Amino acid sequence: MTEGASAFAATAGGSLLALPILVPAAGVLLSFLLGGRQAERIALALMPVQFGFAVAIASLIWRSGQPLVYVLGGYAPPLGIALRADGFSAVMLVTTSLIMPAAGLYARTNFATPNDGTERRAPLVFWTLLQAIQAALSLIFLGGDLFNLYVALELLTFAAAPLVCLDGRPETLAAALRYLMFALFGALFYLLGVALLYGAYGTLDIVLLSRQIRAEPAVWLAAGLMTAGLLAKTALFPLHLWLPPAHANAPAAASAVLSGLVVKGSFFLIVRLWFNVLPALPNAVPGAILAALGSAAILAGSALALRQERLKLLIAYSTVAQIGYLFLMFPLASGPWSAEAFSGGVMQALSHAFAKAAMFLSAGLIAESLGHDRIAGLGGAGRAMPVTFLALGLGGLSLMGLPPSGGFAAKWLLMKASIEAGQWVWAVVMLAGGLLAGGYLYRVLAPALSGNRPRLKSPPRRSRENVALALALAAVLLAFAPPTFFAFLQIGRPAAGAALR
Amino acid sequence: MSVLQALDVGLAFLVFAVAAWTVFAPGPFAATVGYVVYGLLLSLVWIRLFAVDVALTEAAIGSGVTGVLLIGAAARLRGAETTPAEEALTGLTRLFAAGLCLLVAAALAAVVLLLPDQGPTLAPQSMERLPETGLGNPVTAVLIAFRSFDTMLEKVVLVLGVVGVWSLAADRYWGGAPGEARAERPEPTLAFFAQVLAPIGILVGVHVFWVGADEPGGAFQGGAILAAMWMIVMMARLTEAPQASAFWLRLALIAGPAVFLAAGVAGAVVAGGFFAYPPGLAKPLILFIETFMTFTIAVTLPMLVAGPPRREPRR
Repeated sequence: MTEGASAFAATAGGSLLALPILVPAAGVLLSFLLGGRQAERIALALMPVQFGFAVAIASLIWRSGQPLVYVLGGYAPPLGIALRADGFSAVMLVTTSLIMPAAGLYARTNFATPNDGTERRAPLVFWTLLQAIQAALSLIFLGGDLFNLYVALELLTFAAAPLVCLDGRPETLAAALRYLMFALFGALFYLLGVALLYGAYGTLDIVLLSRQIRAEPAVWLAAGLMTAGLLAKTALFPLHLWLPPAHANAPAAASAVLSGLVVKGSFFLIVRLWFNVLPALPNAVPGAILAALGSAAILAGSALALRQERLKLLIAYSTVAQIGYLFLMFPLASGPWSAEAFSGGVMQALSHAFAKAAMFLSAGLIAESLGHDRIAGLGGAGRAMPVTFLALGLGGLSLMGLPPSGGFAAKWLLMKASIEAGQWVWAVVMLAGGLLAGGYLYRVLAPALSGNRPRLKSPPRRSRENVALALALAAVLLAFAPPTFFAFLQIGRPAAGAALR
Repeated sequence: MSVLQALDVGLAFLVFAVAAWTVFAPGPFAATVGYVVYGLLLSLVWIRLFAVDVALTEAAIGSGVTGVLLIGAAARLRGAETTPAEEALTGLTRLFAAGLCLLVAAALAAVVLLLPDQGPTLAPQSMERLPETGLGNPVTAVLIAFRSFDTMLEKVVLVLGVVGVWSLAADRYWGGAPGEARAERPEPTLAFFAQVLAPIGILVGVHVFWVGADEPGGAFQGGAILAAMWMIVMMARLTEAPQASAFWLRLALIAGPAVFLAAGVAGAVVAGGFFAYPPGLAKPLILFIETFMTFTIAVTLPMLVAGPPRREPRR
């Protein structure tokens, strides 16, 4: 197989893979050193650069039809570390590099440094850690070595947790601490699994491991520990307890990044683990367990979202539900319908990232303009700030899975795959989840679009509304992804479980 | 059974006993003391396994610095030792947690016993490529050459740690100094202890860093010892922590990862790849990077222990 040779040799243009990790890492160091207003300037200036890297990597993969590989330091695996990018990595990189600047532009109002240039706590921390999240996510999408990916998880945890308590209110501190506990516990379990795999096979490289791994006790235990750890970080039901308070209490721009992107990082690693590291393991039972938890997440998360009194908490609980959909691809991703299920899962990750970021940014604008985010007090607000509610509604369209939206494309693909596989139970869950999502969105939108206009404390700035709207439109536009897009997703996708059985 | 074997069995029992004691300890402070003892015993275990590098790190970081951090936290929690959340933990929850821990521990133990005695290893390959680095200690070669990318990013994590700790400061203290102010009249015993220990400790720290190229030791262990010396001097209140806004402090905190990153990028220009070293220049470059890393670790760890800024900034 050609893929075999590429495990050791760097491909042309492979050195590009180091840049989306190193450049934001350098940005973190410089921002912290220079402080003051420089942190914001550096963060915003590097965002288009990051987009350039992502597009360049994607186009190289597209042109060659092969994953990109880079070997660091000239030490080939198993001794050294390789970076690899397949179609999935590239679309996640591009998505990240689009949502980050949106959050950044939106956040400029909240995290501005005063005119005299005095350094303030929240802006410095925010702009520095935003770049750290970017570096960590790039590494997660590109890492080819299980320990290197652990370092990425650590970077992500320490970048994300302080953002939750940036306000400094006591309840945000409690939420951040709970998040940190779950995340550290998850990282520890992941590391235990990595150590077991190294003990059994003497390598940490994903491609080398995938060739040697057999179904034996050490591998099963490692797979269980790593999956459990990553599930805690992804907040899959019943390990979701940390997510709603953390995502609802963070500043809006941070919530958008945390809910849209950060939880996708650990999800990405679960996909890597089961599809790239452990393709030799029979995955019917683990896949069914993951999908069952996902189904429970969809139903429980949506039901809890229906009962929330605050808008941000409602959106956070809807994240719990939407994460559930991601895991429906696992039992379906083997056999002839595997490509559809895989595409469906990826599409869900992308559309939820855009839609949820748009919704959190809109919710932030609503809270700032009304001075509160109680759902009972939203009456008529849609008339006072129509663009904001349009963004919120379009994001919601994708969550419900109504056409035209990326969410519809995702759910349609997953549903088709589940019916073709004869596993219709997942399709029923998806339909129920869509109805429940309709319910909790109706609770917000119906009163907002009727009744008298409330008095706004301050009208939202048009440019910030446009940022939220652009994200929501991106979620809608995903519905029109051409077939070549799905072909691109398949580049470098290894055959899962059953194909090698 | 030889004497050494008997000692090993005794050591293993002791580790277990101290671990159990730590879990059942009556309060945070007692548990921390148990944890520190546990870490020190564990470093003895590592020595018996001929992993001196790991033993040094466990003693310096796992037991030493973490111990200081935990004791600091326990001291702050005194007076508020049971939170409502803690009281709400029912017997059933505790039983469930214990069961889960036992299950994971038993599964790990069983699987580790099932693994082959002579597992696959990368040691021969490391030794084979060791000459390229000019180093004598393969552990250092793994950290600064073969897997240098990991090590550089871990240092960025340390910077994030400081940012995270500082982010907990009150807004009005931002840019101020953490920890206690220098004392007018330091407590004599502590001051004497710090004055005697610090010079010796600094010498040991620099030595451990320097020999790391060829013997067990290196940037992390040496840096941790140096850090401990600064902490002792600060605890004796002979000196005080610098202001968080001080440019030299920020520079010291990022110097290690920044130099490492710059060297890694320079590798792409002069040695044909990111994080590659030009042949023949590997060892001096590695020592150059390690010097800055040692320095940064020596500054970072005390800053983590000192906590968020607690005094208004002086201009």
